[in-house]
Amino acid sequence: MLGPNCREVTRLVLLAEETRLPLRERLAVRFHMLICKACPKFAEQLALMRRASARWRRYSEE
Amino acid sequence: MNDDIASRLESLRPQLLKYARLQLRNTAWAEDAVSETLLAAIEKPQSFAGQSQLKTWLVGILKHKLIDQIRRNSKELSTTSAEDGVDLDDDLFAADGHWRDEPQDWGDPEHVLRQLDFMRVLEACVEHLPGQQGRLFMMREWLELETEEICKELAISPTNLWVMLHRARLRLRECLQLNWFGNAMATTGGAK
Repeated sequence: MLGPNCREVTRLVLLAEETRLPLRERLAVRFHMLICKACPKFAEQLALMRRASARWRRYSEE
Repeated sequence: MNDDIASRLESLRPQLLKYARLQLRNTAWAEDAVSETLLAAIEKPQSFAGQSQLKTWLVGILKHKLIDQIRRNSKELSTTSAEDGVDLDDDLFAADGHWRDEPQDWGDPEHVLRQLDFMRVLEACVEHLPGQQGRLFMMREWLELETEEICKELAISPTNLWVMLHRARLRLRECLQLNWFGNAMATTGGAK
């Protein structure tokens, strides 16, 4: 089974920050994450950035 | 409104201006938005009643004034620079679509996010985004607008917006990697 490569998965993971991905893409991303070492790390970085944005937003108001 | 409040409003002006400039990337419009905010605060002090923090209240007003400014100047604010068009993807991925360098482990998020210096680096990295990328990132993450709203206000397509935010987030990641996570002193909690 030939899924999307890291470049394509990265695009989808970034897109998921803006909109809900279709089921098919969500599955392809989750599948890729099981077999890839690098992309889960990118996803973790992105998760940290998301939390950082929220923290920064609060920091800007305090 | 007494002198005390007046001086507190004045003392918060630089901080309000900083965020207004980050959002609009235009000093004149940013100053207008801040002046409108302070004026609204002076004219309606009763709406401050019950709010615990003056700054929280002002930033709330500022966000509305910034959206007004974006609406008023939507055409000018939709323009992109050459720098906005630069894609980092080719630097990150080899021709076969694999990572050239595997993304690094950024460590414990709780530890990172507790540090005030990290917030300052993040702010500086947002400031260094190209103009349109910065505006769109701020609309999304600081004004917390839905993508549909951003597209409507600036009359841009969702695809266009997604591409710009994709670039903005990758740039931000690179900036954080370079200026925080790649710096051993920062991640180990060192002095600088």
